[in-house]
Amino acid sequence: MNTFHEEEIMGKAYDSRLMKRLLTYMKPYRWQVVLAVLLMLVATALDLLMPYLTKIALDNYIIPHDAQGLLHIVWLFIWVLVFQFFFQISQAYLLQWIGQKVLYDLRIKLFRHMQRLSLSFFDKNPVGRLVTRVTTDVETLNELFSAGIVAIFGDIFLLAGIIIVLLKINSTLALITFSVLPVLFYITIVFRKYVREGFRQIRVRIAKINAYLQENISGMLIVQLFNREKKNFKKFDVLNADHLEAYIRTIVYFAIFFPAVELISAIAVALIVWYGGMNFNSGAVTIGTLVAFIQYARRFFRPISDLSEKYNILQAAMASSERIFKILDTVPDIKNPEAPWEVINFRGHIEFDHVWFSYKKDEEDWVLRDVSFQVLPGEKIAFVGATGAGKTTIISLLCRFYDVQRGSITIDGVDIREYDIHFLRSHFGIVLQDVFLFAGDIETNIRLSNTAMPREQIIKAAKDVNLDPFIRQLPNQYQEEVKERGSTLSMGQRQLLSFARALASNPHILILDEATSSVDTETELLIQDALKTLMEGRTSIIIAHRLSTIVNSDRILVMHKGKIRETGTHRELLTQKGIYHRLYQLQYKGENQVSS
Amino acid sequence: MFILGSNVFYAISPRVLKLTIDKIEAGIEPRTLLMYCSLLVAIAFGHLIFRFFMRTTMISASRKIEYDIRNDYFSHLLTLPISFYHNYKTGDLMARATNDLNAVRNVVGPGIMHSTSNIMMFVFVIALMAYTSFKLTLFALIPLPLITLVSKLTMKHIYATFKKAQEQYSTITAKVQENISGVRVVKAYVQEDRETQIFSTLNDRYLELNLKLTKIRSVLFASISLFMGIALAVLIWVGGKLVMTNTISVGDFVAFTVWLGMLAWPLISFGWILNMIQQGAASLTRIAEILDIPPAIRDNELTDKSIRAISGEIEFRDVSFRFPNTDADTLRHINLKIPHGTTLAVVGHTGSGKSTFANLIPRLFEPTDGHLLIDGRDIISIPLKTLRKHIGMVPQETFLFSDTIAENISFGVDTFNGAELEAAASLSTIAHDLDKFPDKYETLLGERGITLSGGQKQRTALSRAIIRKPSILILDDAFSSVDSNTEEQILHQFRDMLTDQTIIIVAHRISTIMHADHIIVLDDGEIIEQGTHNELLAMNGFYARLFEKQRLEADLETL
Repeated sequence: MNTFHEEEIMGKAYDSRLMKRLLTYMKPYRWQVVLAVLLMLVATALDLLMPYLTKIALDNYIIPHDAQGLLHIVWLFIWVLVFQFFFQISQAYLLQWIGQKVLYDLRIKLFRHMQRLSLSFFDKNPVGRLVTRVTTDVETLNELFSAGIVAIFGDIFLLAGIIIVLLKINSTLALITFSVLPVLFYITIVFRKYVREGFRQIRVRIAKINAYLQENISGMLIVQLFNREKKNFKKFDVLNADHLEAYIRTIVYFAIFFPAVELISAIAVALIVWYGGMNFNSGAVTIGTLVAFIQYARRFFRPISDLSEKYNILQAAMASSERIFKILDTVPDIKNPEAPWEVINFRGHIEFDHVWFSYKKDEEDWVLRDVSFQVLPGEKIAFVGATGAGKTTIISLLCRFYDVQRGSITIDGVDIREYDIHFLRSHFGIVLQDVFLFAGDIETNIRLSNTAMPREQIIKAAKDVNLDPFIRQLPNQYQEEVKERGSTLSMGQRQLLSFARALASNPHILILDEATSSVDTETELLIQDALKTLMEGRTSIIIAHRLSTIVNSDRILVMHKGKIRETGTHRELLTQKGIYHRLYQLQYKGENQVSS
Repeated sequence: MFILGSNVFYAISPRVLKLTIDKIEAGIEPRTLLMYCSLLVAIAFGHLIFRFFMRTTMISASRKIEYDIRNDYFSHLLTLPISFYHNYKTGDLMARATNDLNAVRNVVGPGIMHSTSNIMMFVFVIALMAYTSFKLTLFALIPLPLITLVSKLTMKHIYATFKKAQEQYSTITAKVQENISGVRVVKAYVQEDRETQIFSTLNDRYLELNLKLTKIRSVLFASISLFMGIALAVLIWVGGKLVMTNTISVGDFVAFTVWLGMLAWPLISFGWILNMIQQGAASLTRIAEILDIPPAIRDNELTDKSIRAISGEIEFRDVSFRFPNTDADTLRHINLKIPHGTTLAVVGHTGSGKSTFANLIPRLFEPTDGHLLIDGRDIISIPLKTLRKHIGMVPQETFLFSDTIAENISFGVDTFNGAELEAAASLSTIAHDLDKFPDKYETLLGERGITLSGGQKQRTALSRAIIRKPSILILDDAFSSVDSNTEEQILHQFRDMLTDQTIIIVAHRISTIMHADHIIVLDDGEIIEQGTHNELLAMNGFYARLFEKQRLEADLETL
């Protein structure tokens, strides 16, 4: 719904602050810009030469009947055309090249910046909105660079060039020609004022229509259940008619404006002819001059006609760049320490010390309350608890997706905020509940960025987690493409793949959020078996949903309402008859205990 | 007609120019000169008038057509069944009403206007040129077909490259989408650099395609100027010689240069307009695709128009239901009679068919097999409007409109007074919350208003159903976000006030349904247990287990 409402917010057409910042992206290409401007100057000059050559042809050769001279001038004309052809191509290409390069840089910069932002940023911004920033908004700027800036530069050169040439040929006639300009400017200004207001109205009204339509499509069930079809149609019709009316008004503006510009141009031509005719006998004005003037006058009026279009491009570009810069200006919450702790011997002794945490920074809406526990190197810990007890939060904090508000988390006695984030995370093998697959083949999904990882290691990891037999059945085996929502792999196989991914990276500490989705018994057995391999000889922190996983762990931490309420082994906790006992009855009792 | 007039005036002005120049050359009286100049302006003015009417009539017509299509589209959407909305995404339906509609309008307005105008201008200008000098026309026009040829050739190329670039753009979009959705994994496995690397590679290709596109375009535009220039060069050469031999006058020569300029634009825009028409045709097909879907559920010859009211007895006779394009029944052989004025509760796992069961009653879906009877009459004989008028339903997903709360509550009634509004609001206990808002019932909801909590939304939706004073009240998981104390209070009020209504409650919580007159347990589309709360507990089956589980959960909550 957002997109349709955003339309309504009308930004300024020109914001010097935003423009300046946009132009800084052209800095790496400043020499190309200079070259492009030079090329453009030459191309414009050549373009302007042509009516002048026509004038010479008429005055010096055609009228005096000099066929030889005419041939010369025609050849010269053709040469100018050929040069013009090449200059125009190189100029247009170079300018577009600069624009495309700038957008390329901006897109990469934006993407790279987003990679650095913290999870809290992604929690706040819906995926769709962020995708729009990197794609649609950058594309809007494309229009600005290719159509807007280029065209504006070109027009300015052209106008200036025409003015100079006309003054040179015949200054009186030039001044007479320019005499219509104030009228033209006046009409343009008035027109722009009306059209701007007209367009604003149109935008507001189309936004209303689309918002209403979208709402009705989303709520169609309610509309039909409550017999509102007629009433809502009437409402829609009113909005639709409003929009129509606003549009028809602007059509009138346009219908007056464009022909009016032509009328003024015709008046200019008439003035030229009149003055020329009056002064023809005295020889002050030649036929060639008249023709040249008429041709120049036509070129002169052309850029003014598409003024309103450029205005729209500029406006859209300003709005987009503002949104892009807003993201670029977002500072990541989680910062890498400037002088990270130099690690000599990473053992993996984890300690949570009186940790308090809330997802809302300023509110005391505690998800974890005063949580303290230790995990010794090599220990296997299982977290259990009802949904919302705070188990996943523990993992997120340990990976430093978020920072704690109170207390501290240390590994080998050093606060995790003092480690290099990437160093820290590279010691964890993290398996999240939803298995996320990247577009690409199976091998790449196991290997990820570790291009140095030998093929054998990947295959061994797949074998160890019982995934290999499945892969062998695929047509392209390890090179089989997987898609995010594709059906190449089943739910259970996806889980196994995520195990293989974790195992291949050979982490010190295994962090696992067990998937709750149910799989068939056969796969279930394979998963349980793979889990054992995965945990072997590793410090493991597991949010457990399987009884077998719980029973196989060294210690169970029972979380309830953001606190650790009970600790012990399965047997110990059952005899306590506390929270664990109830959870056990609720969740695990009667579960098919297929192993141990 | 306007187009014709406009073009006649436009094409003729160089002719007047010619006469003037010839006269000037021959020596002219200032008065005659002034007359000719005025004529030039007058012609331009005539052109303006016709142009004005051409634009206003053609473009306005296209806007009116847009208006009509949009209205047709919306009114058609209103008649389509809910199952249609499961198959089409909102974004897709919106795209048809926005992008596609624009493309269609562009064809009927500017498309037709420019193409007819261009063709006419072409014909007039060439006719006038040929009239002035056939030979010169022939020579000057030689390079022009090349323009059309080149633009046609490159257009194909441009189109193909453009399509590739668009595809690459989609790939980039998909990559960003994937990256952001998988941000946890990206961070957990320290994949940021690799992701940026992949993203760069995709962008390299995009850049490459765009530059290729630019190259073709620059060549195209430059070639067009080149050919136009060559035409002008030919004109100067051949025309110049003709002037020298006195075959044509200097004025003719000047007029030719102007006419040549007039021909440039129609030639260039030809390919562009063709492209626009193609797009418009494709878009029209997409809009028509929706308009051609017949409304599946509506009154027909079996409808008995004399039925004006329903009292609320419901009977399922061997009802089965299957969603289109699926291979298993969602509901299987349901046989059940719900007497007037009683409360039926439905429990079961997610996906057991509870909502489908509820949706059959207001005919949002129609049974694939069996019959559904209301007051002993087959549901298809009851006029759809009458049926729904007497049903108050709170669907699973609460949907409120961005309007005031009063508007939302009174959504389904034609007339109401303040007392009825307040009664409905207090019965669903939302009245108490509304009193805390400064604008009370006039509080605006949605983007530009306030956001209600999930429970408040559900209770507003409840008021919306109650204010209709329905014979049948259907609550499809309507208390999921309401806390159990409030729920208790609402249900208590219902038992006191809504004694004449047939109530269907679909719920997860046992506390919601335990007081119902009759409870059915659905599993995989079948009724596996039924009876009163106590009877079901005694069966010691699904219901009893569910009860025990929820007791434990409640117990845990207190720890």
